[in-house]
Amino acid sequence: MSSLGTYLARHAQALLAAFGRILRRPLGSLLTILVIGIALSFPATLWLLVKNVERVTGGIAEAVDITVYLKPDVRLEAAEKLAAALRLRSDIDDVTLISSEQGLAEFRELSGFGAALDALQQNPLPHVLVIRPPAADLTPELVEALEQDLVGFPEADVVQADTRWVRRLQAILQLLEQVFLAIAVLLGAGVLAVIGNVTRLEIAARRAEIQVTKLVGGSNAFVRRPFLYEGLLFGAIGGLIALSITQALISTLDGPASQLAALYGSNFTLTGLPLEEALRLLGAGALLGFLGAWLGAARHLSRIEARS
Amino acid sequence: MIRFERVFKRYPNGREALRDVTLQIDAGDFVFLTGRSGAGKSSILKLIALLERPTRGTVVVNGQDTGSLPSRAVPAFRRRLGVVFQDHQLLMDRPVYDNVALPLVVSDTPFRDIDKRVRAALDQVGLLQRERALPMELSIGEQQRVGIARAVVARPTVLIADEPTGNLDHGLARDVMQLFKRFQEVGVTVVIATHDLALVQEFGQREIHIDDGQVIA
Repeated sequence: MSSLGTYLARHAQALLAAFGRILRRPLGSLLTILVIGIALSFPATLWLLVKNVERVTGGIAEAVDITVYLKPDVRLEAAEKLAAALRLRSDIDDVTLISSEQGLAEFRELSGFGAALDALQQNPLPHVLVIRPPAADLTPELVEALEQDLVGFPEADVVQADTRWVRRLQAILQLLEQVFLAIAVLLGAGVLAVIGNVTRLEIAARRAEIQVTKLVGGSNAFVRRPFLYEGLLFGAIGGLIALSITQALISTLDGPASQLAALYGSNFTLTGLPLEEALRLLGAGALLGFLGAWLGAARHLSRIEARS
Repeated sequence: MIRFERVFKRYPNGREALRDVTLQIDAGDFVFLTGRSGAGKSSILKLIALLERPTRGTVVVNGQDTGSLPSRAVPAFRRRLGVVFQDHQLLMDRPVYDNVALPLVVSDTPFRDIDKRVRAALDQVGLLQRERALPMELSIGEQQRVGIARAVVARPTVLIADEPTGNLDHGLARDVMQLFKRFQEVGVTVVIATHDLALVQEFGQREIHIDDGQVIA
């Protein structure tokens, strides 16, 4: 028991000692932690942004409705007849008819142009058919074929598939994810460099202590241990700062974002990092801190030898 | 047991510190290394503690040929050795207790044993009452005794000391030597480099005289 217990106790002691050293020079430590926190908060915020936009567009991406604006002279009965005929087709799942009156009422409610609309002598809106293709084995080609077919109807004025801008948005999101990766890699390397340098300075400052420790038989692993824990702590606390920055940004942006969403008839709200991803951010910070310290220590510790 | 066979040591600056040194120190011996400054006494101690490696020749310590020892085995090797320096090399920002405990801490000794052995070592050098003091608060003689307590706390089989009395007046120096003598009496091999010939004669132990990198007698 005692050898494992002693080993674990030594590690706990090294961790505590590292924590103590961080607290002993509060200003320097604070600056290091802030640099790490801010560096990590960039990719974290971008990640959150991409995930939120993906979430809000996720529902839309599935709805590949085709909107058919009928010619203004098409009467409501003709529109109803057309809708009934289209419902029978196997490549159409459902047809919703929005009459010009319904359309006007909805527009009046959502746009805020109520007074202006009252000034109009007649309803400028045409009847509209919203056509939903069957969700099963739907391909862009099928949607396009259906769209072409609908254009051929004499009653149809304009036919609009909503898929195009959704696809564009998705391409933009994919690009943003690549940008996220690039930024994460770059700033991760930055964090490694910062912690590596802090470790190097710390080793230089404690040179005499390292020499004495090696003299009485301290192994490289023993000498390295406190520096690794210090890097780990710097990284983890930096991750915590990054998490706070990200959540603070989200709560500041949530109000305006919800207002904006409300204008589009959505009850969308921004979500922060879920627990699992928050832990991942902390873990990434700790890992980067550990690796940075290891790189710094490996280079400089081996050069310090015991001397008499 | 310590054995040097035809050992040469040349430093990177070209200085030839040891030339063809052959000597043997048996287990449990008490040996003085004497000679002028720069004669090579310190080099012999450094080779024993593996702080340096010979340019040529063989150094055997505790039955271990140090030439065949890979560097990752050096820490374990040093733990079987007690080393005392003239400038004592204490950690000035740690209390006496922590300084003495260091060799036990690096060897993952259980906490209970550490406490017992640190107190025993401090008791042997007469500093049990000063365990919470910082080295700065101690006299030079006391600091040297802390260094000795640190050297013996892990119960080494070999104790080497480089001018351990260099900064001490004669009375204190004699006290320190008597301390070393007591460790030899319980079976530790003791090697002390010194140029204090009066003290060497007073103790009447075996003397290895070094001059210009060679063993004279």
